[in-house]
Amino acid sequence: MVSKRNRGSFIEKNLHIIFPLPAVVFIIVMMLFPVLYTFFMSFTNWNLTSGMPLSFVFLSSYKRVLQEPRFIKALGRTFSFTALAVSIETVFGMVIALILNREFKAKGFTKLIMLLPLVSTPVAIGIAWNLFYDPTIGLMNFMLTQLGLPKLAWTGSASTVIPSLALVDIWQWTPMISLIMLSGLASLSNEPYESARVDGATEWQIFWHITLPMVMPTLLTAIILRTIDALKTFDIIYAMTGGGPGYASETLNIMAFKYSFEYFRMGQASVVLIILFLLVLAMSLLIVRMRKSLEL
Amino acid sequence: MKRYIRKILFFILIIAIVVPLLFPFVWMLSSSFKTQVDIVAWPPKLIFSPTLQNYKRVFSEQNFLKYFVNSSIIGISSVFFSLLMGLPAAFSIARFGQKKLSIFILIARLMPGISFLMPWYIIFSRLRLMDSYVALILSHMLITLPIIVWIMESYFETIPLEIEESAMVDGATRQRAFLAIVLPIAAPGIVTSITLSFIFSWNNFMFAQVLSMERTKTLPLAIYNFVSYAEVDWGAVMAAAVAIMAPAIILTMIFQKYVVQGLTMGAVKG
Repeated sequence: MVSKRNRGSFIEKNLHIIFPLPAVVFIIVMMLFPVLYTFFMSFTNWNLTSGMPLSFVFLSSYKRVLQEPRFIKALGRTFSFTALAVSIETVFGMVIALILNREFKAKGFTKLIMLLPLVSTPVAIGIAWNLFYDPTIGLMNFMLTQLGLPKLAWTGSASTVIPSLALVDIWQWTPMISLIMLSGLASLSNEPYESARVDGATEWQIFWHITLPMVMPTLLTAIILRTIDALKTFDIIYAMTGGGPGYASETLNIMAFKYSFEYFRMGQASVVLIILFLLVLAMSLLIVRMRKSLEL
Repeated sequence: MKRYIRKILFFILIIAIVVPLLFPFVWMLSSSFKTQVDIVAWPPKLIFSPTLQNYKRVFSEQNFLKYFVNSSIIGISSVFFSLLMGLPAAFSIARFGQKKLSIFILIARLMPGISFLMPWYIIFSRLRLMDSYVALILSHMLITLPIIVWIMESYFETIPLEIEESAMVDGATRQRAFLAIVLPIAAPGIVTSITLSFIFSWNNFMFAQVLSMERTKTLPLAIYNFVSYAEVDWGAVMAAAVAIMAPAIILTMIFQKYVVQGLTMGAVKG
């Protein structure tokens, strides 16, 4: 009985260590350790298929990858895909949130519809959009012809593949920004609006001078969150094009995946992974800083 | 009169938001009941005689039931073990203000999965754990655990300290108060975190693509392999897509309020 009570008080005194410990150990083992391992591998020329023992080449893997045109293009594509998708999602998402930010009968239903793309399996979504994009039987080209526009090759051509993939991302993730902004808007106080109306401000002035500044922290967080996820986009690109046609839709994530699990050039794959990792880490630290500054 | 016009305009706006979001789902659903002939028809057919053949093919010939079970085992187990580790961790972060810990776990949620996948592949191969449930559950826990901690730390913060303190005055330890009093109160938050983390595990493709083969194949991998064949059987693919997405969508309909909260919570908190 006494020993049981002692154990209880020991746990209670060290609760702040004992309670988080399993989760922390798990994340260290499953995330931190693998990342360090990858970092270590990025200084080697390890190739799983060559059968050669791995040797340290220090920065020459970096030099080789960074000079490769395929890498430079993948880096550029990662940025252009992300910029295209996230900028449109932000504008649409904000506009939709402003429209829905009032009481009306079908509000619950509308919000439910907005949730559906968010919870759908990206691979299945990608494959379904491949049917919409199909040049001969697809719905998208049917709609274009109905509007009197020429047919497009969509994901089939190097010039349209990135916007076509971004469109899927926009369809799936715009509601995310809308929903975040809706709860951001709902948490605003009414006072500034009332006094602005008394002063005879127009709707546009109210949005620009009152609403936008007040929701800016939430909006920025939403944008950074979306940017991080867009930089990492894998499922829809891999399922829809596999990085093709040619390398036309190969982003860093896809390139790293192919280097690792198709060519088994682990050393060079690690370099790409580390660069992607640093990119996302930089964005994540931005979010962390923002959270901190907001709590002040 | 002016009010009436405003109402109609607003209604049109709502339609303009809902229809593009909903349409791909409607088209997937209707295609899943079409024969291959109806699917490749030009112009696309709106009216057709529905068939259940696609679903029959998916479930009888494609072993989909087995992949359904695999996805469920992996999703439920990874959520369960993540709750065991994540609930105490989130409680500790909320009660002791462990900001650094919170950031550490947030970063685990944000990092690209592929940066852990290559080392996992090598380690799990060495341990002969490729294509095992252990490997799949462990990897999916890296998705579910951060979501659970992230949602639950903000939820625990909303529970007043007095509630557990009154129990502690009565002689209970804090861990006892956590189990007996805080957790039951936190039930809505726990439901949110379970729903959302399960959906994200269910939808994950990349980890299974590398770590699993036939034995532990999950649904997203199954549907992906399905289209890698030369001639795409669109009807069956759409039936498979509908079947994969149905559980997540049904969960979302049941727990709509919670899902919205879970998705937006962290961001609005700032």
